[in-house]
Amino acid sequence: MKKTLNLVLAGIASIGLAFSACAEDHITLASTTSTENSGLFASILPKFEDSTGIEVRVVAVGTGQAFEIARRGDADSLLVHDTAGEKRFVENGFATERANVMYNDFVLIGPADDPANIGAATNAAEAFAAIAEAEAPFASRGDDSGTNRAELRLWKNAGVEPDGEWYRELGSGMGPTLNTAAAMDAYVMSDRATWVAFGNRQNLKLLFEGDKVLFNQYGSLLLSQEKHPHLKHELAKKWHDWLLSDDGQQAIADFKVDGQQLFFPNAQ
Amino acid sequence: MENNAFYVALSLLVNFDASLFGIVALSLQVSLLAVLIAAVLGFPLGAAVALWRFPGRGGMIVVLNALMGLPPVVAGLMVYLLLSRAGPLGEWGLLFTPGAMVIAQVVLVLPILAALSRQKVEDLLGEYREQFVSLGMSRSRMMPTLLWDARFALLTVLLAGFGRASAEVGAVMMVGGNIEGVTRVMTTSIVLETGKGNLPLALGLGIVLLGLVMLINAGAYLVGELTRRRVG
Repeated sequence: MKKTLNLVLAGIASIGLAFSACAEDHITLASTTSTENSGLFASILPKFEDSTGIEVRVVAVGTGQAFEIARRGDADSLLVHDTAGEKRFVENGFATERANVMYNDFVLIGPADDPANIGAATNAAEAFAAIAEAEAPFASRGDDSGTNRAELRLWKNAGVEPDGEWYRELGSGMGPTLNTAAAMDAYVMSDRATWVAFGNRQNLKLLFEGDKVLFNQYGSLLLSQEKHPHLKHELAKKWHDWLLSDDGQQAIADFKVDGQQLFFPNAQ
Repeated sequence: MENNAFYVALSLLVNFDASLFGIVALSLQVSLLAVLIAAVLGFPLGAAVALWRFPGRGGMIVVLNALMGLPPVVAGLMVYLLLSRAGPLGEWGLLFTPGAMVIAQVVLVLPILAALSRQKVEDLLGEYREQFVSLGMSRSRMMPTLLWDARFALLTVLLAGFGRASAEVGAVMMVGGNIEGVTRVMTTSIVLETGKGNLPLALGLGIVLLGLVMLINAGAYLVGELTRRRVG
């Protein structure tokens, strides 16, 4: 009996330790899988921590879920990529300020032999229309993420209602969607960062890029003090300001995978 | 070679990667503590349901048995809504901490420990009943005797609970957030590495996790055998 008691005490003490490690200055940042999976955060967060002593804890989810986490007051800061959604978030009073931080672009990936011949398309609308025309398998995120929202806009732009056997909504993150696309030799739209850092390409290849409509803007939001007074607004503002500062912008530009820059700073 | 999962698992262990060590330690801390708390609550609960007759007892047994199949992601969602700032326990600020992960796993493991220990204790009660009656023992005095004498069976129940806790990913992902260095455990790392397309590394981590679970089971088996022999 005494032994069990000791075990219980040891357990409680160890979890106490885990909590005390949380005592220093930190904020929770809700952000997207593309920024986490590509390694951007691993590269820039230590620089921010060195200059301010603030630890940033990243919860990487789809943009839709990131908004929801922030709406419920479970994150101190928000960095996502859905400009229209971000502006609505400010209008609805959940955030007080939104700023451009950086951009990258979406690219169209598909089987190396390109059965829909999207490599010959001159713009994104043509490429999307060609996939629908050929009824070639297309793997969609289908998870209300920023990438998913952008993809749906692009289908609309191409005048296509994506529907049918060939259009597969997976309801998963960018990485798992690429894994599935690789397994079923499907076309898929990815942000460039996740694609470049992705390790399981199999027969997939980058087939179309460069149209301006594939532009992918990331924004940082300052959350409302009024809605959620308990959040660490002061620390979150330091993070927001640092992202937009020369130091932060330089840190983003300095992040490279295989010598390729993945995010382009564009704070005004 | 780098594409062989066993090679990756081995080199992870040989190189004693510091972040891997932290992830393994947190996995163990969270799951073992959750099983411990669930045992302290679940074993007496199971024994009580076995011993006492009360209205709704049958319903309670069905609910406990059914909750053994509670999907981890549902447990995670419930605990998430409970601990979220907009939820009833939001004040505690526990969301996205190891504490939240322990709570979610207790919710998952408790029904298993309670339901299985109820069965074990009830079986044993059938054997002991006459003796208890001849000694004129009250039910509350029977409980510790039954739990103690069922200890070897309960050890296996405990391992089933630990298996559930260490294997699940849905609940810890949702309430922990898979934050690097804070709430990242073995299973959430495996999901993350799979998402990055690092399949050999993901499988390598899986092999490490499996080895760990096997070690713990071997330890429990040895302890059980040794005490059994001592007891004779």
